[in-house]
Amino acid sequence: MSGDIFAQVNLSRVYRRRKWVNNFILGLTGLTVILAIIPLIWIIVYVIIKGWRVINLDFFIHLPTAMGVPGGGVTNAIQGSIVMVIVASIIAIPIALLIAFYLLYYPQTKLGLSIKFSTDLLSGVPSIVIGIFGYALFVVPVKHYSAWAGGLVLAMIMLPVVVRSSEEMLKLVPKELREGSLALGAPEWKTSFSVILVAALEGVITGIMLGLARAIGETAPLLFTALGNEHYDVFSYIKQGIETNQSFWDILHKILSEPTDALPLTLWKYAQQPYPERVEQSWGVALVLMLLVLLLNIGSRSWLAWRRRQTHG
Amino acid sequence: MNQLLTQKIEVRNLSVFYKSFRAINDVTMPVYENRITAIIGPSGCGKSTLLRSLNRMNDLVPGSRAEGEIILDSENLIDPGIDVVDVRRRVGMVFQRPNPFPMSVYDNVAYGPKLYGIKKRSVLDDIVEDSLRGAALWDEVKDKLKQSGMALSGGQQQRLCIARATAIQPEVLLMDEPASALDPVATLRIEELVAQLKQQYTIVIVTHNMQQAARVSDYTAFMMMNERRAGELVEFSETTVLFTTPKDKRTEDYITGRFG
Repeated sequence: MSGDIFAQVNLSRVYRRRKWVNNFILGLTGLTVILAIIPLIWIIVYVIIKGWRVINLDFFIHLPTAMGVPGGGVTNAIQGSIVMVIVASIIAIPIALLIAFYLLYYPQTKLGLSIKFSTDLLSGVPSIVIGIFGYALFVVPVKHYSAWAGGLVLAMIMLPVVVRSSEEMLKLVPKELREGSLALGAPEWKTSFSVILVAALEGVITGIMLGLARAIGETAPLLFTALGNEHYDVFSYIKQGIETNQSFWDILHKILSEPTDALPLTLWKYAQQPYPERVEQSWGVALVLMLLVLLLNIGSRSWLAWRRRQTHG
Repeated sequence: MNQLLTQKIEVRNLSVFYKSFRAINDVTMPVYENRITAIIGPSGCGKSTLLRSLNRMNDLVPGSRAEGEIILDSENLIDPGIDVVDVRRRVGMVFQRPNPFPMSVYDNVAYGPKLYGIKKRSVLDDIVEDSLRGAALWDEVKDKLKQSGMALSGGQQQRLCIARATAIQPEVLLMDEPASALDPVATLRIEELVAQLKQQYTIVIVTHNMQQAARVSDYTAFMMMNERRAGELVEFSETTVLFTTPKDKRTEDYITGRFG
């Protein structure tokens, strides 16, 4: 009926054109990949080159010297960042996981939808706004800056990241696993934590790491809540506490209620000071910050790999 | 066939609804003790819905509701006052896709007993060994009890799930197309296993595969959708009778492959 439908076309021309378009688009995608990687590698290499020189053992274990005096370290910022991220994790991770389970089981309910909406909003709130909110809520009533306040605002920043990523990961667990557990007569909470969470653990941990990386790099909210403290030193607080026979809780209270420094805060402060040693040190702080995030990632990944080896023989 | 035949479960006028949709309509059938009852029928005829009613797994579907009676040893399982956990302890289930938990072979089997408060290591060890032996898996996994259950092959995973279900000594074992995700060799092993298990358990098995129903079961229920898409029981009888001299024309059409 339609005869030789290719009689009117030059097939080899069509093929040539198709090949050309294919190669062109392929080249374009390759180019954009390179464009995207360049800034990343540039940042990493630049920070390593600029920061490497000031990094030594003293940098990690000493407090800052007085302005203009060379030497000293940023142990206050390293310890402060770690303390506040621990506080933030202890608060944010359990809450985030419970929320993620709620969203998993009741996604279409009014409460489920509004939680989803609010976590999206919360992750879009500028961190400086979270900072001023934390200032009003956690600093003004007690009239001093603290690691507590810093940890709480960082928790607010971590929360939506962990909620949304864990929810996605929990959703990927086949529903047969849940049914298998419930069919044995297991209660829902037991099923959730011993079966579903464990099945989704790798993804959930990756999400937590994303949240941690986000929290540890935040500056703005800490300006209002932790403030900064060039004398912050957990080890000396513990030593003093033991020498004066304080209880564990008193020492913990001291650690958490002092104004606290953090790596990004120190980076921000040092970079604008008129002393070249401090500016140089700020590059070192940037490098430590990057290494810390890297270490967290490597640590969690190797733990997961170890765990997988344990069970897969 | 057998003088000692007793009814383990009696389904009486059971209808199941998903919201306003009637998924199965007025099913009445017996399930005999220590016998294998197969439920066959075309897709969407309510086989799985019927099966899942027997241990209240349909409760998980929002808006589901059952009418009628499912009598297990004189208790009505769909009575709202009944303890669902106890129903599920007495009526175990094996699913279509093997679903081992993300934990070791040992912990998979011990999961159920632990739920019911069995904590002593020596007791658990015995339960795990007995259940794995009962599921014809012990010899293959006795040296890798600490390994993940998910590292086993598909057929082994399904036998692990059977061991897990039998570890809490249910009275009835429900199987929802237990071999449909497996290769022919693994399928054969599961069928052999099912035949052995009937000495201890009352088994209800849903299958798409008529040869399988004919091979393994003692009784067969044939279901079909009526004109309002609700599943109905067309015929229930001894498997040999149903497959050789079906009473209903529709059964005959189905088993001779004329539709479905």
